[in-house]
Amino acid sequence: MKRHLLGLAAVSTMLTPIAAAAQTEVHFWHAFTGRLGELVAAQVDEFNASQSDYKVVQSHKGNYSETLNAGIAAFRANEQPHILMVFEVGTATMMAAGGAVRPVYEVMAASGATFEPDAYIGSVKGYYTSTDGDMLSLPFNSSTPVLWVNRDAFDAAGVDPDMDLSTWENVGGALDALKAGGEDCPLVTAWQSWIHLENFSAYHDVPFASKDNGFSGLDTELMLNGPAQIAHLSAMQDWAEDGKFIYTGRRNEGGANFRSGECALFTESSAGYAGIKAEAEFDFEVRPLPYWKAVADEPQNTIIGGASLWVMAGHDDAEYKGVGEFLAFLSKADVQASWHQNTGYLPITLEAGELTKSQGFYDENPGTDIAVVQMTAKQPTANSKGLRLGSFDQIRGIIDEELEAIWSGDKTAQEAMDSAKERGDALLRRFESANR
Amino acid sequence: MEKRVTFRGWLLPILLIAPQVLISAVFFFYPAAQAIWQSLFIPDPFGLSSQFVGLGNFEFLLSDKFYRAAFLTTALFSILVTLCSMIPALFLAVIADRLIKGSGVYRTMLIWPYAVAPAVAGVLWLFMFNTRVGVVSWYLGQLGYDWNHVLNGGEAMGLVVVASAWGRISYNFLFFFAALQSVPRSVIEAAAIDGARFWRRFFGIVLPLITPTAFFLLVVNVVYAFFETFGVIHTITGGGPQQSTTILVYKVFSDGFVGQDLGSSSAQSVILLLVVGLLTVIQFKYVEKRVHY
Repeated sequence: MKRHLLGLAAVSTMLTPIAAAAQTEVHFWHAFTGRLGELVAAQVDEFNASQSDYKVVQSHKGNYSETLNAGIAAFRANEQPHILMVFEVGTATMMAAGGAVRPVYEVMAASGATFEPDAYIGSVKGYYTSTDGDMLSLPFNSSTPVLWVNRDAFDAAGVDPDMDLSTWENVGGALDALKAGGEDCPLVTAWQSWIHLENFSAYHDVPFASKDNGFSGLDTELMLNGPAQIAHLSAMQDWAEDGKFIYTGRRNEGGANFRSGECALFTESSAGYAGIKAEAEFDFEVRPLPYWKAVADEPQNTIIGGASLWVMAGHDDAEYKGVGEFLAFLSKADVQASWHQNTGYLPITLEAGELTKSQGFYDENPGTDIAVVQMTAKQPTANSKGLRLGSFDQIRGIIDEELEAIWSGDKTAQEAMDSAKERGDALLRRFESANR
Repeated sequence: MEKRVTFRGWLLPILLIAPQVLISAVFFFYPAAQAIWQSLFIPDPFGLSSQFVGLGNFEFLLSDKFYRAAFLTTALFSILVTLCSMIPALFLAVIADRLIKGSGVYRTMLIWPYAVAPAVAGVLWLFMFNTRVGVVSWYLGQLGYDWNHVLNGGEAMGLVVVASAWGRISYNFLFFFAALQSVPRSVIEAAAIDGARFWRRFFGIVLPLITPTAFFLLVVNVVYAFFETFGVIHTITGGGPQQSTTILVYKVFSDGFVGQDLGSSSAQSVILLLVVGLLTVIQFKYVEKRVHY
């Protein structure tokens, strides 16, 4: 028996390289595990089955930061994959790394695969497009923050769950009523910097950083200590002090509190849909992210979070052809529509959104289109196109620290954000000199 | 009379020390030299270009008040971890040493936590103190204490100290126990006949006799608190809230591998190297004088 196994092993090791040699391999490193990992694997399998010239090999390299690090370390060792998934925060790092990446528009043109830059949703594409209008990386998974409502908690506290929650003014009233009605956790949030500062700024059409949020130059400075942001954070601080806003952590720790039914309102990514749908044993609903009527008459668009696919430099033309084919496959309407419906991420092309609508998905799952509407209702302005800041992962860490000082009452919103600006600007200057 | 082996030629002794020298060279001298070299540059993450800045990285760090604060945090953290892991270990070892029956079981149980990896220990403690589902935080809540290490820096520090010291108690216990066993019984018995009570004997005879072990553990524990507690901090607090649990080695990681700022990260490693070197010199120069071999 043992000998047979050995024999089989020997034969299979001999066969594999021969089988693979006929196809050009394209390596794809990503950051997804669990359900999302399965869905990525399914996309790759479908592509591999659909043609015989190329074979995409996908591998999971840890969380977003770890995947980016793996890609960077591999590039330094000249072992880089063809396609690397990089989260939106790493965008400026990748853009500054001119010699390490090949812009997507260039890869697509050289490969001859179908590529229509106009087919992609503007506010998604904008994040990954150069100031000249060239698409540098392919949007892959993009989401945007929305307001999740636990209707049962509203009922239990004697508050009408159908009330208008479109403005923070109204939400403030709801929080008072919920607290008075005995709710211990009226509001909780995930990704505080992304939702309450980055998206907040875009949504109210105020700058987060100078130079068009960093799009038009590395000599950008943070502007997150403006009056609009301070007003919002001050209100949040008051809510935190009164126990109406509960702080649970820097990432999406608050999701557990909301899904267990403990909290009434939750600001979280639209991609929280899969988890909430699977776990919530209460009547929940999605609403658009609230805005301050006092700051803006009506909201601008929100911006995205998530990741895009970067093509790394240093491979053969034949392999880039395969990369082009794969990226074109990922952009196909049916592939995108099923990704959008399964994950709660936004569709990256207009066509995929239309297809989802015509399939009746939004009618069956009310609220799933709110994120799409929120992103696309208005033409993005210089303040709402996205953010392009170097060392942004670290800057977010600084913002998290300063926000914690606000929630705990150690600093006023103005003090904390002035300090965040000062510390963040120091990192931006370092990034500028590293990439001069 | 000292025992000494003398070699006839040069070849054998060189061959014998070669593996050690080689390992030190590959895993210590080379990376250390690289860190010193890189600390003089601001490179881009991909290694495509770099700017020579001389001591600019050090200047940037030392003028950063948060970096200076990390020194204080590290000092406080290391002192607390060392005390919290050595004192209970010594106490437990003394008790185990007095046990006649069942000391084998007792010893084995005490050594177990050492087998738990720091990151796992961190997760275990985090579960117990989780602000929402933690057992301990629930009991504290029943007693009217609102535990929230997510926002309260002092509580966060306490939690990472306890989680770091916990597994370390086993290690220290083992060494203390072995040291206690090697204290000559005759000396203790003589003191007992002279009428010295247990604690008098302990402070007058036993403690001085085990100082070499205590000193060794002091050095080892400080080094542990400096370098190996990374896993605990990463899993429990990630350096927060604000910067209350950001110790120097955690900053090396977050600036280098989250922020991709390899220049600053290298400069921090160099500073850390100097600090630990200095600490060890101080320990050997001053503390060791009080050690009786």
